[in-house]
Amino acid sequence: MALLEVHDIHTYYGNIHALKGVSFAVDSGEIIALIGSNGAGKTTTLRTISGLMEPREGSVVYDGEDISGARADTLVAKGISMVPEGRGVFAKLTVEENLDMGAYTRRDSGVKDDLKGAYELFPRLEERRKQVAGTLSGGEQQMLAIARALMSGPRLLLLDEPSMGLAPVLVDGVFDTVQRIANEGVTILLVEQNAHMALQIADRGYVLQSGEVAISDTAANLQQNATVQKTYLGID
Amino acid sequence: MELLRSQNLRTAVSLGLLSGAFLLFIGAVGMIEAFHDREVVNDVFSLGQLLLVLAPFAAGYIAAERTGRTRADIMSLLADGLLVGLLTALPTVVLLLFNSDEYRGLLFLSLRGIPFVVATIIAWQLQRQGKERQLVIGSWLAIAALVGIVTFSFALIFEIKGDLRTVLVNINRDWVDVVTFDNRNELITGILTFTFATVAAGIVGSVFRILPPIPRRALMYGLAVTLLAGAFGETVRLILQENLDRATMRELFQRDTMRQRPALALLVVSIAVGYLWARFGQEARTGFTQLEAPRKRVVNGVGMLLFAGVLLMLPWLIGRTLSDVAVTIGIFVLMGLGLNIAIGLAGLLDLGYVTNYAVGAYILAVLTSIGPLGRLDGFFTFWMVIPVALLAAMFAGFVFAVPVLRMRGDYLAIATLGFGEIIGKLAISDWLKPLIGGAQGVQAIPKPIFLGTELKNPEQLYYIVLAASLVTLFVSIRLNNSRTGRQWMAIREDEDVATAMGIDTARAKLLAFTLSAATGGVAGAIFAAKVGTVFPNSFTVFISINVLSLIIVGGIASNPGIVVGAVVLIGMPELLREFSDFRFLMYGALLIIMMINRPQGFIPSKLVTHEVRAAVKAKVAPAK
Repeated sequence: MALLEVHDIHTYYGNIHALKGVSFAVDSGEIIALIGSNGAGKTTTLRTISGLMEPREGSVVYDGEDISGARADTLVAKGISMVPEGRGVFAKLTVEENLDMGAYTRRDSGVKDDLKGAYELFPRLEERRKQVAGTLSGGEQQMLAIARALMSGPRLLLLDEPSMGLAPVLVDGVFDTVQRIANEGVTILLVEQNAHMALQIADRGYVLQSGEVAISDTAANLQQNATVQKTYLGID
Repeated sequence: MELLRSQNLRTAVSLGLLSGAFLLFIGAVGMIEAFHDREVVNDVFSLGQLLLVLAPFAAGYIAAERTGRTRADIMSLLADGLLVGLLTALPTVVLLLFNSDEYRGLLFLSLRGIPFVVATIIAWQLQRQGKERQLVIGSWLAIAALVGIVTFSFALIFEIKGDLRTVLVNINRDWVDVVTFDNRNELITGILTFTFATVAAGIVGSVFRILPPIPRRALMYGLAVTLLAGAFGETVRLILQENLDRATMRELFQRDTMRQRPALALLVVSIAVGYLWARFGQEARTGFTQLEAPRKRVVNGVGMLLFAGVLLMLPWLIGRTLSDVAVTIGIFVLMGLGLNIAIGLAGLLDLGYVTNYAVGAYILAVLTSIGPLGRLDGFFTFWMVIPVALLAAMFAGFVFAVPVLRMRGDYLAIATLGFGEIIGKLAISDWLKPLIGGAQGVQAIPKPIFLGTELKNPEQLYYIVLAASLVTLFVSIRLNNSRTGRQWMAIREDEDVATAMGIDTARAKLLAFTLSAATGGVAGAIFAAKVGTVFPNSFTVFISINVLSLIIVGGIASNPGIVVGAVVLIGMPELLREFSDFRFLMYGALLIIMMINRPQGFIPSKLVTHEVRAAVKAKVAPAK
């Protein structure tokens, strides 16, 4: 059974019809990539799933429960965690305080172990645990944002443009990490303009175009798809 | 022109002109004259005269600091000081000449010459740049005409009026007396004395900079202590007379002014103390940090005990007048700590904080008054109403927070500002007049009674404020480190990300507004009991602004900072009462200077220090 099902959602910015009936499904343990050009509705889809925006029509079903229109903060406790676009670390708090903040909804005793786990995943962050997050490099901030999202113990991780604004060398590292997180059993929905990298690690992918799903297929097939190659991978 | 391109010279010139303009300004607004009435040391010099030399001293010092000259080029250092001093004197001297009947004619002549001089200088510059002849001549004519019109109209005004006093009321005989050091009739002697004083101060200031650091700090400290003690003579006297007998007081003070010998003694002692501190202070501090933990705790404990002792004994140490000031400060500390929850912790810029203060004051007034408006006939006592005032203020905070929950930043500030105004208008309205007395307010509020004693003096009320502040301080320290505090911190940093962390931002903001209002209500209730009457005109937007300023000046989100901020911003104007209107000028100047030189406040919180450093870093290295 699918962990997340999106049924025909329509989302508006005021009068602007941003999503015109997007549907897709994410199975437990998968990495799903949403690719598409600027303005195709990738981030809007993610914001709708995470509760920051409300769909006017359609429904989002998570783990058998209709969550469309639920408040964003309540979803974190249900196991959906989001890494916002542009990283969004708390610039004036230290690395460790940022990670603590990620575990805000949790009251169980596993937080300490998870903190250790986060440092194992990102040794770089352990070196800098007392450093103020705003002074980290862009790549380190991205690591911190991902590690912080993991601190809430999510089943579904929503990643919004994790490679944005990073040097090419760092992009590889970020995608490696995403792969490793998936191997630990976290389901991942990834929104990416860098279609090339996203399709390399994803199981399946959806191509969004002007607020609609244009193509859906396995990642391997998408990489071979002529339209995708031409439009998103820059291969003629 | 060539010379002006030298960086060092430009520094000296601009600082000199700046301090000159400063002297001219404080003269024109009447500050020099008003401050002359306040003697720093009996029969030696006044605060007004101190200002005259303090400006060039500071300018000389800063000039030496900026140019970074060392002892090697002492001559240029002296020259800088001389230049600063001369330029400081210049504007005031010009005004002095203007003001005297003898020399005014000379000045009008030069005033008429100014257009031609200015035009010629600019034309000469143009010529040197190789501009065409027609352009040079044309611009000469245009500039001469333009500047001519301006100076001519100035000259005309003065010639018609014949006297500066009609234009600048404060440029009068008393002002002349102060700046000429009482040589009104011998104007040239007076001008020379004045110039000599500023030049000497400028030179001393710039030489002061190159003294070795330890004696420099000692001297600076000694001078600062002595001059401050002299300037705040009245306050010092009030404190001392609580603890010394009359004969000793007469030895030390002539009315509110220090006598010469005690002033000298104070100078010597404070220089010695300053020397010891500059010499051994660093060692003491490193010694302390190297102590083992238990010993450190003992030292800290002794310090805390001493501090607590002073806090408890304060009314006896400072006497009635200053206790009254201390109560006012305490009321603002309460409000500062409360508002800090909204502004410092949750980042919600609330400009309507006066609402809670007013609610607390009116609740106490109406429930306890034994006058015509107190229909409950004194059934409620102060102690019973304090919790009611607290809850009422919290309720008000909650109600006002609901409509503004979705607003952020500037919009929130304006909306809360509106609420503050609404409360003021409600208080004065006819609609609520039967209840809270409209413009007549509520009178006959009894003082609190504690174990049978009526707490009617500020010395006694002080303890109520102290207790309330300590409780609030405790709560806000606990809040700061709690889960709730963390959630506010997250909202302040980034509301969207906070939501992504699973924080219910609406609830957190409501909680912040509600808790923040609580101490405002208590502060209002204490204020009402202290004054005994409540009038609507006590509750203006200036209360909100004052509380906000003390938080910012003290250090946002820093509890000790808020206490210091309240002492400085609320206590200082109270102590400067004799300077009437000028205290607000000084208050404003302090705010500006603080925001330029120390934007993080007196005692910044750790967080804000990061922020300011990050901002400075961003300025230094904009490209990344």
